[in-house]
Amino acid sequence: MPIVIKNGRVIDPSSQTDRVADVLIVDGRIAGVAPNLSSPRAEIFDATGMIVAPGFIDMHVHLREPGFEHAETIESGSRAAAAGGFTSVCCMPNTKPVNDSATVTSYIVERARSKSVVNVFPIGAITKGSGGEELAAIGAMKAAGAVAISDDGLPVMNARVMRRAMEFARSYDLPIIQHCEDLNLSAGGDMHEGVKSVRWGLRGIPAASEDVMVARDLVLTQLTGARYHVAHISTRNAIGMVEYSRRHGLPVTCETTPHHFALTDEDMEPYNSNYKMRPPLRSCSHKDAVVDGLVDGTISAIATDHAPHPGSEKMQEFERCPFGIIGLETAISLALEELVHTSKITLNKMVELFTTGPDSVMRLGRGTLAPGAPGDVTIFHEEHSWTYDVNQSQSRSRNSPFHGRTFRGGQVATIVNGEFVWRKDK
Amino acid sequence: MNAGLLGIEELDRPAIEEILARAKDFQPIQSQSLKKLDTLRGKMIVNLFYEASTRTRTSFEIAAKRLGADAISITASGSSVSKGESLVDTLNTLAAMRPDAIVMRHAASGAPHFLARHLPTPIINAGDGTHEHPTQALLDARTILDHRTALEGLRVAIIGDIAHSRVARSNVHLLSKFGAEIVLCGPASLLPQELAQLAPGVLLTTDIREAIRQADVIMMLRVQLERQHEASFPASEYFRFYGLRLEHLDLAKPDAIVMHPGPINRGRELSSEVADFQRSVILNQVENGIAVRMAVLEKVIG
Repeated sequence: MPIVIKNGRVIDPSSQTDRVADVLIVDGRIAGVAPNLSSPRAEIFDATGMIVAPGFIDMHVHLREPGFEHAETIESGSRAAAAGGFTSVCCMPNTKPVNDSATVTSYIVERARSKSVVNVFPIGAITKGSGGEELAAIGAMKAAGAVAISDDGLPVMNARVMRRAMEFARSYDLPIIQHCEDLNLSAGGDMHEGVKSVRWGLRGIPAASEDVMVARDLVLTQLTGARYHVAHISTRNAIGMVEYSRRHGLPVTCETTPHHFALTDEDMEPYNSNYKMRPPLRSCSHKDAVVDGLVDGTISAIATDHAPHPGSEKMQEFERCPFGIIGLETAISLALEELVHTSKITLNKMVELFTTGPDSVMRLGRGTLAPGAPGDVTIFHEEHSWTYDVNQSQSRSRNSPFHGRTFRGGQVATIVNGEFVWRKDK
Repeated sequence: MNAGLLGIEELDRPAIEEILARAKDFQPIQSQSLKKLDTLRGKMIVNLFYEASTRTRTSFEIAAKRLGADAISITASGSSVSKGESLVDTLNTLAAMRPDAIVMRHAASGAPHFLARHLPTPIINAGDGTHEHPTQALLDARTILDHRTALEGLRVAIIGDIAHSRVARSNVHLLSKFGAEIVLCGPASLLPQELAQLAPGVLLTTDIREAIRQADVIMMLRVQLERQHEASFPASEYFRFYGLRLEHLDLAKPDAIVMHPGPINRGRELSSEVADFQRSVILNQVENGIAVRMAVLEKVIG
């Protein structure tokens, strides 16, 4: 059934659109953006007072399937994405088995086809088993549907291997995404190295562990010409180096997460593992640099790093708990509260960070309301107040530091390929 | 409600003074022929030690018994821990047996804080990882006060592996609350600069002579090789640069006392002569450990 989204403020950075208009979706595709659109038998969605944007893309999630279905499945993760206003997600390869072959890539694509309510794009591993030594079957994975390569969760420590991987990535025209962390510098660390880690007697993950890896990779990017993307950037120096490289014309991009622009290590509750992630929550100075990077365009995408872990694994001694938090359902609200309502960035810029920003890295052909584009639409409200109850989450996991937080503004409805996949309860 | 004792950092000065004063009341009992009170008769205390400990565990056990409480001690080996049970499950099981307090030592920083959020039973922290060891700081303060009239204005040098020391952290918090000057000293790799922001009145130096100069109290820390996750300093030259020897004592105040949380490693962090030195109060610390832990148990359970 066609859909007409009436009277919303349509923001589409891909065409510099920002006006009150209707959006018509027919046969799963965008049919037009204009005032007073109609179509016989169309479902009408009244978006008066709401923002209507191209479907949001989360280029960095962990769906845990295959292998860790107790934490998340492609189905549950996709429902969490839909409930968070995301229409497309790119899933990292650290499943079990690791997505390092066309077989696993195809499995994810097939499972997504039958179970997912949003578009799922797999990211293949850089190295076999993400072991950091032997290159994975990059070309075959691309043929099976992989849109990028990454060993996320682990960095490629061996510079020679990284160089070769970049050369392959370039020849296959795939972005190569690095989790930047020098594992020797960060070894055993549980949180950002700083006053808090020293106070709590927890081993630190120094900002330098991220900086060192970004610096090395930028040199290799210059050497190889690969399209290089820094995942979840979190430090002042790393952002500065990316800015420098971009200014000098290198094909470098980076993303950050909502928690890295919303929280610092000062916000952590002592030994509460819902604040434990990698990279860790940094100090205020680093957080300010992340916000500045979003404002000045050095950081071109917001990605959640949605990392589900079951309660039993997060209910342990802090140092034994796994890293990561779920983030799909709180991303829009955090961006609104921390960036838009504080007048750091405009709404247009925010939409860009969730649409054209990630799409320019991943080249999914989405994130636009251009006629003929896939009918993916995110509808959200700038002002309406709601409270996040993680126990109502669509995710199988509950590891969020934002449980109980009342937000100003958030997602209202999500349309994927011309179908409503989620609507906020009235 | 879980009013145990997790750390010194969150205690205020009156609460600490109350414990120290009560510990003083308990001091004479330690040398009486009849040492047992009935203050906590009918109460049950579980000592749960996930790390090897002789003195702290024994000290808590004796303290409980001298107050008339029943005490049982569980060590990690031979318990459900070795059967793979999670910490929360073990503690829930113990809590279901309705002890009045759980005294816990654990190798993970924050383990008792994490449990305190999920258990109704008061937890007394007997040392958590590299974080805090509150009763050690209390017994150290009691011992200093047996030799000085007040903590305020004292210069206390704490020397050794500061980075990995829960004793140092608890002592810093306690001494700072009372206005002492604390000089932390150790090899640079074991002396993170952030320590200076731990509490007011903290100074850092890598020079043992500078640390000891004009000190009222010299606290030596055990070199904890089991907490070293990497080679942070060449062990072979530790004693040469950070071991306390008799000649160092000339730099301190004439009546300075030497302390050590034990167990001591003669020839590693202090020379044998210093250990046996007349102004070494290491055994007073052990003795005060019982009085202080009696005061803590009474405050938590009584």
